[in-house]
Amino acid sequence: MSNKKVTGRVWKFGSDINTDLVIPNFAIYLPRNEQPQHCFVANRPGWVDEVQPGDILIAGTNFGVGSGRPIGDVFVDLGVAAVVAESFNGLGLRNCINAGLASLPCRGILDAFDEGDIAEIDWGTGEVRNLTKGTSITGQALPQELQSIVEDGGVEVMLRKEGYLA
Amino acid sequence: MGMNAIEKILARRSGRDVVKPGDVVVVKVDTAVSFDAGRMNIKKIHDPDMLVMLHDHVVPAPTLNAANGAKSMREFVAKFGIKNYFPVGRHGISHVLVAEEGLALPGNILVNGDSHTCSSGALNCLARGMGPSEMIHVMCKGKTWFIAGPTTKIVLEGDLPEGVYPRDVIHYIAGQYGDFAGRNLEWYGSGLDKIGMDGRLTMATISAELSVEFSLFPYDKVLADYLDGRAKRPFEPSLPDDDAEYEQVITINLSELEPQVVLPNKVAWNAKPISEVAGKRVDQAFMGSCANGRLSDFKIAADIVRGKKVADGTRFIVTPGSQEVMRQAVKAGYVETLLEAGAVVTNSTCGACYGGHMGLLADGEVCITASTRNFKGRMGSSKAEIYMGSPATVAASAIAGVITDPRKV
Repeated sequence: MSNKKVTGRVWKFGSDINTDLVIPNFAIYLPRNEQPQHCFVANRPGWVDEVQPGDILIAGTNFGVGSGRPIGDVFVDLGVAAVVAESFNGLGLRNCINAGLASLPCRGILDAFDEGDIAEIDWGTGEVRNLTKGTSITGQALPQELQSIVEDGGVEVMLRKEGYLA
Repeated sequence: MGMNAIEKILARRSGRDVVKPGDVVVVKVDTAVSFDAGRMNIKKIHDPDMLVMLHDHVVPAPTLNAANGAKSMREFVAKFGIKNYFPVGRHGISHVLVAEEGLALPGNILVNGDSHTCSSGALNCLARGMGPSEMIHVMCKGKTWFIAGPTTKIVLEGDLPEGVYPRDVIHYIAGQYGDFAGRNLEWYGSGLDKIGMDGRLTMATISAELSVEFSLFPYDKVLADYLDGRAKRPFEPSLPDDDAEYEQVITINLSELEPQVVLPNKVAWNAKPISEVAGKRVDQAFMGSCANGRLSDFKIAADIVRGKKVADGTRFIVTPGSQEVMRQAVKAGYVETLLEAGAVVTNSTCGACYGGHMGLLADGEVCITASTRNFKGRMGSSKAEIYMGSPATVAASAIAGVITDPRKV
């Protein structure tokens, strides 16, 4: 399905990227539109000024470890089109899915890309192509039920549509 | 092929006969706990009696924002008739409170908008944290989904040596086995018999730092005694089938362990025996949070600092996990002992654990903490270093002013 395919420039991050790096403690209680500008300020200052809508984030194991902070919302607000990681923390993954952010666990992803390469991600099938290098690798696509949440734009969009929210 | 205790709860609450790793199950939630009043734009809720609402992260309100948030929670509680509400005065950290109040029960499914919800796994309760939007989903619909993951069986044998605590056990596992992302832990073994509920709650809480989906302890005599007269509803514990499937079995002889300290910035693969870090100067020592803010922790700390003084140049901050812990710690004399040693004993709140509204670290400072997390910037400055140890290690380090092996004081 082509609507589950995204293409974009890759940013590479390491393992154990935690929630407190995405939303630092001083930013938790800021209005949502002010939170993204503080993303990765402790580990990669200036990144939020360089990331462009449609870019793809690639990371190592245990991505999103930490708190319930809604990290997916931040990435969506920054225009990140997909997150592909060697493995996800369960809560981090839920927060990406629930924000409507395409997410894909994929062993070997870090070795398959250099930063700045162009990736084509089919998060419906799990196929990942490195268009710069002409290589491909297959991740573990999310179960269909969870892909549907992403397709619908996240859980709040769904609840609003169903009349649960003011 | 049988099911383990976690799969049996998932099966029971999803209406399936069998659940196996890889299955996506939609389950009915028994209890949803909310401390967040920031986005209460809900028009209708599934069942007011499944909700537990409380104030913990920033309490009493230190900012106008927090005050308005607390007010909107009180309005929500009144509007929907939430009976299980814990106002300021009866407050506590959510995971501490639901255990004390008998609201996290064996065989139940409990969710909460905080990552350390796996704490209630100590009560044989299948519990996990969720993000804010998903909490709203559960409040509205009373159900959620889980991906059933493979389960590791942890078998504890032997007795903990003097000076070594449950906190050291979970640090040891983090250091030796790393993260369990997408996986579960179930805890068994004769070594559990002498680990009380407070210690089990510590290990279940810190399971979040190992990225587990669920961490589940057995329903045994220790738990049954704890729940006797406390449980708010009848419950059905979950025990594994005799032929239950486990991905691996990790057996730990407790008698061989020594105190374990987690080094700064991450937990998985990052714990060392205390001998490797002893002597490091500390500006702040902290004990508290849902991990180590319980009465047993107060006793451990008080016994170490009794008759001694916190080192010059070091601050020792101690925060009870609930008003009830505070009341009991005062009654037992632990608070007086800590105060005489020069510690600061604060109101019950998440507080310093996440650099919320007090006890923040300055640039370049070093902290030894028995709280939940050591991430860069977690407790204030991103230029501070956070080491984690047991309450005994923290108290001994506060007295010495450097990271100190509690077996040597």
